[in-house]
Amino acid sequence: MALSKNEGGARRWIDDVLGVATLIGMVVALWLIFIYTPMELVQGAVQKVFYIHLASIWNAYLGFLIVFVVSILYLWRPSARKDRIARAWAEVGVVFTTITLVSGSIWAKPIWGTYWTWDARLTSTLILWIIYVVYLMLRGFVGDPERGRRYAAIVGIIGFIDVPIVHMSVRWWRTLHPDPIVATSEAALPASMWYTVLYCIVVFTVLALFLVRQRVHIDELRETLVDLRTTSS
Amino acid sequence: MKLTLQQVLAIVQKDLMVEMRARDLLVLMLTFAVLSLVIFYLALDLWGPVVQRVGPGLLWMTITFAAMLGMGRTFVREYERGTLAGLLLAPIDRGALFISKLLANLIFLFIMEAVTLPMFALLFDLPVLNPAVMLATLLGTLGLAILGTMFSAMAAHSRAREALLPLLLLPTTVPIIIGAVQATSNAISGVADGPPWIGLLIAFDVIFLTLSYLLFEHAIEG
Amino acid sequence: MADPGTDDVDTAVEVQGITKRYGAQAALDQVDLCLGCNERLAVLGPNGAGKTTLIAVLATLVRPSAGTLRVMGFDSADAPNEVRRRIGVVAHQTYLYEELSARENLLFYGRLYGMPDLEARVEMLLKLVDIYPRRHEQIANLSRGMQQRVALARALVHDPDVLLLDEPDTGLDQAHLDLLASLVQGRAIPARTVILTTHNLDRALELCGRVAVLAQGRLVYQAASAALDRAALRDAYHRLAGAAP
Ligand SMILES: Nc1ncnc2c1ncn2[C@@H]1O[C@H](COP(=O)(O)OP(=O)(O)O)[C@@H](O)[C@H]1O
Ligand SMILES: [Mg+2]
Repeated sequence: MALSKNEGGARRWIDDVLGVATLIGMVVALWLIFIYTPMELVQGAVQKVFYIHLASIWNAYLGFLIVFVVSILYLWRPSARKDRIARAWAEVGVVFTTITLVSGSIWAKPIWGTYWTWDARLTSTLILWIIYVVYLMLRGFVGDPERGRRYAAIVGIIGFIDVPIVHMSVRWWRTLHPDPIVATSEAALPASMWYTVLYCIVVFTVLALFLVRQRVHIDELRETLVDLRTTSS
Repeated sequence: MKLTLQQVLAIVQKDLMVEMRARDLLVLMLTFAVLSLVIFYLALDLWGPVVQRVGPGLLWMTITFAAMLGMGRTFVREYERGTLAGLLLAPIDRGALFISKLLANLIFLFIMEAVTLPMFALLFDLPVLNPAVMLATLLGTLGLAILGTMFSAMAAHSRAREALLPLLLLPTTVPIIIGAVQATSNAISGVADGPPWIGLLIAFDVIFLTLSYLLFEHAIEG
Repeated sequence: MADPGTDDVDTAVEVQGITKRYGAQAALDQVDLCLGCNERLAVLGPNGAGKTTLIAVLATLVRPSAGTLRVMGFDSADAPNEVRRRIGVVAHQTYLYEELSARENLLFYGRLYGMPDLEARVEMLLKLVDIYPRRHEQIANLSRGMQQRVALARALVHDPDVLLLDEPDTGLDQAHLDLLASLVQGRAIPARTVILTTHNLDRALELCGRVAVLAQGRLVYQAASAALDRAALRDAYHRLAGAAP
């Protein structure tokens, strides 16, 4: 169970690169967002939150997609490592869904005049958030850890398949009510804004990778510790 | 195939026979359903056109919560008395076991609804006893029962028992709840166009029936 | 290797490296076991040794964390239902529906196994375990010992090749302990392979040709009953499992 020296070394090296890349990438992202891109004429400074907003929801969906795939693999051939990876991506997904919701609210207050509205996207993102919070809680509710991982995998699969259906139902449901969104004509966005959006998505993905690797690593250390304790006692 | 059919039939019959003798499940669900209809009416002080607007939602909240109560009990009952292990010892395909439990749950839910719907029509004075509402109820109940059967098997094996079921079932069945409420609403007010809610319900049922059939083995085995 | 399931398999139960972990703790640790057809093994061990877990793994009720299990030539991972068809289990819980009568319970389980001539078989079993006069009473109204006898009949309803009995002597009076002995030893019914757990060393020696001791999830001792007397077994148990039984 103990890490071999070599493996530990390679792991550290990759983590260092990811960490530094994230740091530099984030600084550049701030420059792009606040200095390089022009100020949006109608919305003003608050529009800047959109770059973070879009990159966050991208990470959330990426995380939940990986949870879905790894959950299938887990049920096919269970292993503690697959479970750790799935859980780490789910945690990252939940964190970025939270950032999406919060940044959305910050944007909505001056634009729509309210922090929260039961708009289709907001509502389905909220339900997405709830599903994966329950996913993370589930293991703690089940006594046998192996069973807990299996149950989490089941919810990781059902939850992800459910997401588009939830989204569809909420969208149809909202069409029956007055729609508060004044859609910004996305086609008219200047190229610099698009580049910045794409760049932010890439940097956030690197950040997510970094976070997931750290999370998995911490889990492994914890399990090694538990093993050492039980074998020494 | 013939054996599987015989096994499914045996389990459904057994569940009905046990319920006929114990009666606790249906009594619990029915009392709860009727009680919540009354409480909703009192708490929301419903009258006039408001009833038409919120009625379908109240009906589906009542059905959903009563269903959760009942479905949670069916597996806990098998689990606590150890008979679940007796079922798992039998050479029965786990998908077939899922179908058996789903059918038993559906029968109980339909009995509950056979009382709740007329009761609702009477108390809220809404014409819910029409074929369109029945179709929506049938499809919505099927969706609730599919994921309910799946998740209550998991909840029975967990520490939180009945508390875990709503946490898993409510967020994932949002499409069922929205779809069934809207379909019921449209049927009552005679709206013909609008989104294809019945189609949504059917899609949900087909997708999750397939998925649960395949995944049930992992939910139920030790 | 002979064809699975045919009469010429001579190994009934074959367990290799079975481990079951609950969190960091191992309830079973690398258990190997091999049992020939019609062989009888008694598993002894203090509380928490892993006896119930071992029976549950053999019964396919608990998935092992590692290791393989074969019953009558069938691998439990590849053909679990073939394994299930061939084992009968009596456990701490009776697996009986309280609202149903003894007869209804046996008929129900018989149908799950697709048994032909079920009515006659159920009647025979009810008489065998001495419950026949009370066959129409709900299980809830029977005493613990009677329920245990119905549980025995339930385990036999599909005529399994292998019997797994977890402390089957629980709640039985002297007369029905004799009945249990005649079932296990294949006098009242055709002989079959048996694995049973018990806390009673005499019963282990009397009923089974082989005894084993489980301690902290490890199979630490195995011997043929013929080569042992009570004092020797007691001594070995004491030495290996710590506390006296
Ligand atoms: N479902 C479970 N969750 C956690 N630990 C368990 C579970 N089942 C058994 N154990 C543990 O495994 C060990 C072996 O238990 P068991 O097989 O019941 O022993 P025995 O039947 O020999 O008394 C015990 O330490 C027990 O606490
Ligand atoms: Mg035990």
